[in-house]
Amino acid sequence: MTEVLDTDYDNRIIRVQTGRTNISVTGAVEEDGFFYAPDPSSQLACAIAGNIAMNSGGAHCLKYGVTTNNLLGVTMVLMDGTVVEIGGAHLDNAGYDLLGLICGSEGQLGVVTEATLRILRKPEGARPVLIGYDSNEVAGQCVSDIIKAGVLPVAIEFMDRPCIRATEAFAHAGYPDCEALLIVEVEGSDAEIDAQLGVISQIARKHNPVELRESRSAEESARIWLGRKSAFGAMGQINDYMCLDGTIPVSALPRVLRRIGEMSKDYGLDVGNVFHAGDGNMHPLILFNANTPGDLEKCEAFGADILKLCVEVGGCLTGEHGVGIEKRDLMGTQFSDEDMVVQMRVKDVFDPDWLLNPAKVFPLSASESHRAAQSEVAA
Amino acid sequence: MQTFFTDEQLQDPGLARSNEILRNCVHCGFCTATCPTYQVLGDELDSPRGRIYLIKDMLENDRPADEKTVKHIDRCLSCLACMTTCPSGVHYMHLVDHAREYIEQTYRRPLMDRLLRWTLSKIIPYPGRFRLALLGAKIGRPLAVLMPDARLKAMLAMAPKTIPPVSRNDDPQVFPAIGERKKRVALMTGCAQKALNTDINDATIRLLRRLGCEVVVARGQGCCGALTHHMGKVDESHASAARNIRAWKAEMDGDGLDAIVINTSGCGTTVKDYGHMFRNEPLAGEAAAVSGLAMDVSELLMQLDLPEGDDKHLTVAYHAACSLQHGQKIKTYPKDLLKRAGFKVVEPADSHLCCGSAGTYNLLQPEISAKLKDRKVRTLEAKTPDVIAAGNIGCMMQIGGGTEVPVVHTVELIDWATGGPRPSALDAGG
Repeated sequence: MTEVLDTDYDNRIIRVQTGRTNISVTGAVEEDGFFYAPDPSSQLACAIAGNIAMNSGGAHCLKYGVTTNNLLGVTMVLMDGTVVEIGGAHLDNAGYDLLGLICGSEGQLGVVTEATLRILRKPEGARPVLIGYDSNEVAGQCVSDIIKAGVLPVAIEFMDRPCIRATEAFAHAGYPDCEALLIVEVEGSDAEIDAQLGVISQIARKHNPVELRESRSAEESARIWLGRKSAFGAMGQINDYMCLDGTIPVSALPRVLRRIGEMSKDYGLDVGNVFHAGDGNMHPLILFNANTPGDLEKCEAFGADILKLCVEVGGCLTGEHGVGIEKRDLMGTQFSDEDMVVQMRVKDVFDPDWLLNPAKVFPLSASESHRAAQSEVAA
Repeated sequence: MQTFFTDEQLQDPGLARSNEILRNCVHCGFCTATCPTYQVLGDELDSPRGRIYLIKDMLENDRPADEKTVKHIDRCLSCLACMTTCPSGVHYMHLVDHAREYIEQTYRRPLMDRLLRWTLSKIIPYPGRFRLALLGAKIGRPLAVLMPDARLKAMLAMAPKTIPPVSRNDDPQVFPAIGERKKRVALMTGCAQKALNTDINDATIRLLRRLGCEVVVARGQGCCGALTHHMGKVDESHASAARNIRAWKAEMDGDGLDAIVINTSGCGTTVKDYGHMFRNEPLAGEAAAVSGLAMDVSELLMQLDLPEGDDKHLTVAYHAACSLQHGQKIKTYPKDLLKRAGFKVVEPADSHLCCGSAGTYNLLQPEISAKLKDRKVRTLEAKTPDVIAAGNIGCMMQIGGGTEVPVVHTVELIDWATGGPRPSALDAGG
């Protein structure tokens, strides 16, 4: 289930079996100068099937969008064995946009076995700038200003102080010891990169950064990214952690970080924030000790409070990891009962007996009562 | 991850170390992406993460190893690609070593298995016996088809067509440096290597002398202990290691040593780990000192003034031995040296994947090993090289068994480029 079935550079598409890992999709076309854009941090190990199930994003989704923006068609096996083709090698569909429904459905509607993906011409180059600030508010303002200025970076990554300190201790990337760190990456030819970095640096300077470092070479770029890419491993060196995934409007960032800081004190658990600031996808990492009785429960309660906060400020429960079991009981904070019933009725159509991942996405009480009502109707 | 060892269990230093390693794992699964056996078998239990859970369960519950656990741990190559990939710094090597020791102590293998392992551990580390066995295997090769066990077939098939005569260079002695002496180094002459191929040590000695090293073959040194170490046979592996530690310590205390040079990277990984192996034993200090001086030959060469060579118009496909790239984290030195010597260097796709040799793995797990060998040979040949170079005799034998392209040790090419003889394999092969 890992084969490339077809590559078509003229129309910029690749068709793969969905067991193929994300990174090896790019691997199959990069010698010819192409790449597959969605790049979740787990891209080395995660499969395209899982990317489709969770509608995964990645550091570069600010410019290129998430999986759904790069997915053109799927072959899906339904619960009764029927094999259906949804979408195809074209940008628009006749009939209903079922592809939009499948992407992000957490394996509840069918088993996707093949996928047609959009591939893109690799940009000539890419270079980041590292910007350090002494306050989260100012860093958040800087992000808004960059986007407002009409520059479209490929990535804007954000790390807060606990995360900066942890990665520095582990990966020695040479980050400044400050409150908030931004890594902004742009793409294009050397001249284009210089021009874009120039605009970004100009905006950044207005907010008095404690550090501003434009990368001039591949080595410098690698060094700037090193810490960010080691962030999860670095936090894991300190203690066990729970990685959350929620989305907020970028403007709410300072407020959300402040609240998380307060909650961290209340719960007595440290938290570090890594954040795809460009699209508002947060990944707070709550540190706890799995071997201390009660710590995990405390951590889960803290996590739930953070996700509720995301919804409260106008965001949502998940950016790219899905709802699954972990967040199913929080669905009520985002959706009304009626909203959820509509979603469950979609599942009824594809999987009438609720055999595919039945315990995920919806609160058990909601899905059980829905199914009981359905079987009564059937009887 | 969460662990469930009791305080009493954690009094045991082996368990305490394993607990520490397990606590670092965040079960992210990145390791599955670069694990050769997971690539071939597609079973989570044949990936590092799966094995970590099996080991954890076995150790926490203090229960004897069962057949299933043993099967999946046995299938691990110990290539350590997972350690290169792991973002959290999980020391899988020490964990799986501990598991192998635990299995050896608590599990009774089927008779054939025990017999094979016993035979390998009593033959390969002893060059005299190994040479005799190779001769026997050479004669017995036509009988391979009659062998009831795939592993026996593999052993007969592995025997090389030619077995070199004993090289007197491998005897204990001191080779003076040519010109001014810059360093005094001990060369580990190994065990299996000197029965299979005497060119490697000969080339190493010539090359190091030419670059200003006095080369000592210390009296009493022998097998590094890796072979029995990876079978969990602690008493035997520690006995081999202790012999080496004493032999080299005597040289260090005598005329002094700047380095202990190893040209078989599988052994290098183990010698560099002596400090850990003996950490709770009386030899701890000496073992750590020896590990501190241990160096792959490519590391030492980087410290010497290797002259820049003219373009040799020869394309070398460099095969990165796992013990070198993952075990010792030496990735660029051999390539840099070959380029400096005047060779064009190419690398196969998926160069992080093991060739399937992995010590005695190709003899004990022939099916998986053969698949990995085919992959490796295919990706190497795709680069249409004139010659394949590697820094480990095991890989050289494994890859050489699957291709007509000549396979040599990296030092043989560098020796040739700096005035030594042309490697004989270049004329013998394709």
